[in-house]
Amino acid sequence: MTEFLQQLLNALSLGAIYALIALGYTMVYGVLRFINFAHSDVFMVGAVAGCLIGKHLPTGTWWGGLTCLLAAMIVCSALGMFIERFAYRPLRSSPRLNVLITAIGVSLLLEYTFQNEHVFGAAPRSFPQVFPQVVWQLRGLTLSSNQLLVIGVALVLMVALQFIVFRTKIGTAMRAVALNPRAAQLVGINPDVVVSFTFALGSALAGAGGILYALNYQSVEPLMGVMPGLKAFVAAVIGGIGNIPGAALGGLLIGTIETFVGGSQLSTYKDAIAFALLILILLFRPAGLLGRSHVEKV
Amino acid sequence: MLTVTDLSVSYGAINAVAGISFEVPQGGIVTLLGGNGAGKTTTLHTLSGLLKPKGGKITFCGEDITRLPSHQIVARGLCHVPEGRMVFANLSVAENLAMGAFLQTDKAAIAETREHIFTLFPRLKERIKQTAGTLSGGEQQMLAIGRALMGRPKFLMLDEPSLGIAPRLITTIFEKIVEINRAQGITILLVEQNANLALEISSHGYVLETGRIACSGPSEKLRTTPQLKAAYLGG
Ligand SMILES: Nc1ncnc2c1ncn2[C@@H]1O[C@H](COP(=O)(O)OP(=O)(O)OP(=O)(O)O)[C@@H](O)[C@H]1O
Ligand SMILES: [Mg+2]
Repeated sequence: MTEFLQQLLNALSLGAIYALIALGYTMVYGVLRFINFAHSDVFMVGAVAGCLIGKHLPTGTWWGGLTCLLAAMIVCSALGMFIERFAYRPLRSSPRLNVLITAIGVSLLLEYTFQNEHVFGAAPRSFPQVFPQVVWQLRGLTLSSNQLLVIGVALVLMVALQFIVFRTKIGTAMRAVALNPRAAQLVGINPDVVVSFTFALGSALAGAGGILYALNYQSVEPLMGVMPGLKAFVAAVIGGIGNIPGAALGGLLIGTIETFVGGSQLSTYKDAIAFALLILILLFRPAGLLGRSHVEKV
Repeated sequence: MLTVTDLSVSYGAINAVAGISFEVPQGGIVTLLGGNGAGKTTTLHTLSGLLKPKGGKITFCGEDITRLPSHQIVARGLCHVPEGRMVFANLSVAENLAMGAFLQTDKAAIAETREHIFTLFPRLKERIKQTAGTLSGGEQQMLAIGRALMGRPKFLMLDEPSLGIAPRLITTIFEKIVEINRAQGITILLVEQNANLALEISSHGYVLETGRIACSGPSEKLRTTPQLKAAYLGG
């Protein structure tokens, strides 16, 4: 039982990180109908930024940790908006495949730029201990403050996102653009602003994910986004691409599967089993768990 | 109020609108008639900036708006109720109306407009929390008109408001269009295939045929034009 609870905690914290990344994929897909393959590298840049900024912050304080988190989110927002503005927007009216290829190009550009030793270097670096490190023992259960931090921060960010998307004017405009871009323009919404905002929001979440991931795994390197990015992308598809609660659910699901399989005898196959299960889900629910191919009245 | 001069629009090699000119005077109701594929929707989309014209000029209140993006055109008071209604299906009626007021900043004025729309279409008030996609076709049309009115337009364009709506409701909707024009002084450009009704409420009409204006004139005269009678008025 204790072991189960321990694993559940691990699953939740890993799943929460996947969920944070998956939200960015799904939101961008929602408004632009394309997969931003550079998203996983924005996640990496979040961790890298945290690593570089964290060096100048004191270790083991809450304010220092939160400053580091916030700074990484801001850097990633700016990067996301920059990528959208200069790489994707000029291609807005060209075939989607061109944009997709451009996204892969941006992804490679970021990965190779950061591998340059003058920028960051290919070798993994350890992440500074900006947050306080506390470990509690509770009836055989090991609770680390890092793990609780991951779950807590992810929860707060997801609630904040839910609020922005469903309760604010710009959030409603995001949903309007996702539903019908032309009608959105006809009520005076400037789609460029909404798309920019979506990238800012999604990239900030990826940046936070990068910090949380780095805190838990203690190492930062330019290719660290590849696997989590892939899994988060799958999570977004599983949840129903374009569906925000779906992305969160998908992230938690894939994190849970991975953790529990990883803790069993089949641990070497954990990724394979996770992906196989996901293919199975898609076979039965092609639109994803929460995705609906709903019919619009005309 | 709105002057269109020699407007032409094409989709790749297809010329959907080939040099049309027309005028809508302030406070009036003008109708644009024509059969399927005549270029009516293309014209309206160009007026509201969704499509860029190949040539010609659009002047609104003395200002050249030919190449402005949609949101700037809406900001100038030219709002559009699109063909097929295009309500935001997953958003509630309230949210759809709120989006209609996207560019409005005066909260009191927004609330006032909303109340006004509820007196115009009481049904919308009853359905305020309902998801727009689950409304009936007629209710969606009311919502689409309400949403456009939330933008406090000076000029309203309606693209086939009678499309796919029960005959009884069509009469209601047309009465409301007249009311919007009379009571609020909003100028109206009405696109219709239902020529009888459209000519009844409008002062002027233009008939589009494959991207050109085939004939035009005061609505009363058009109603008795033999060629139009044969083509659109059922004899
Ligand atoms: N997106 C498009 N791509 C290519 N051709 C188009 C497109 N939209 C419209 N057309 C063509 O342009 C012409 C005019 O179309 P438009 O939709 O303006 O007609 P309409 O008068 O509104 O007809 P309806 O009464 O059926 O709505 C048609 O020949 C149509 O096939
Ligand atoms: Mg049409």
